[in-house]
Amino acid sequence: MAFRAAVITFPGSNCDRDMAVAIERVSGITPMRVWHGDAHLPEDLDFIALPGGFSYGDYLRSGAMAANSPIMRSVARRAERGVPVLGVCNGFQVLTEAGLLPGALMRNASQHFICRTVDLTVENSQSLFTGGYDSGQTIRIPVAHHDGNYFADEDTLDRIEGEGRVAFRYVENCNGSRRGIAGVLNAAGNVLGMMPHPERAVDPAHGGTDGLALFENAVKSLVEA
Amino acid sequence: MKIRVHVSLKPGVLDPQGRAVHHALEGLGFEGVEDVRVGRLIELEVADSTSDDALSEMCEKLLANTVIENYRIEKVA
Repeated sequence: MAFRAAVITFPGSNCDRDMAVAIERVSGITPMRVWHGDAHLPEDLDFIALPGGFSYGDYLRSGAMAANSPIMRSVARRAERGVPVLGVCNGFQVLTEAGLLPGALMRNASQHFICRTVDLTVENSQSLFTGGYDSGQTIRIPVAHHDGNYFADEDTLDRIEGEGRVAFRYVENCNGSRRGIAGVLNAAGNVLGMMPHPERAVDPAHGGTDGLALFENAVKSLVEA
Repeated sequence: MKIRVHVSLKPGVLDPQGRAVHHALEGLGFEGVEDVRVGRLIELEVADSTSDDALSEMCEKLLANTVIENYRIEKVA
């Protein structure tokens, strides 16, 4: 069966094309581009990506409006059935606002928008998304966000750490995130949200290719399935 | 019926905006400001028949993020 991926575009998404290019690069197959107003996704989707940007102008809270858009009900149903869902930056904010991932993303502790390449530690290399890395490996991935300060209460943090659901951690905490958390998995391991942009590190011309292994591992295993 | 929803960060959640405003107030020479927390006020005009449950649901589902925020619903005559 042919691999089918979808990249969801909300009004204000701006990394949707980069995401589609990254998926196509490793799969050889052009992902569907789905507009937020479409209430339905195809039944046989293998992979869903929520891209970065400023959906709905970040009104109310980053990701809050997008999390309540019709398409997200379809995304949530697919996620519950085990379809891999990757949310990057604004996509991560949308996933937390939709309750598909724990915690919330608050204004950076510095108050500043941060746009630079940072070092991340791969904390869990056993997931669909992180299996192409080694645990403890340091990778360099760009960040570009104003609201990337990950917050969850101590009980939740202890739980997700204990369950191996912290996928990535900042080597130097650039935004005030609790315990330096940069990326989180859901309990089943099929939903990953992360603030850094792996799709901006898949070509030597990007200045680095450390994001490639994430897409390769997630997408190739599905293409070959 | 006019409703005001007051949304505020939960105690214990750091408020970078509040800290920046606090710093700015001190910079303006105001003394004795011990803490500043920035919240949000949302005004709604709703049908008089709107139930308290419906108002709470609006807050839980959209107006507040209860992971980090508390909300208080005020009915304004």
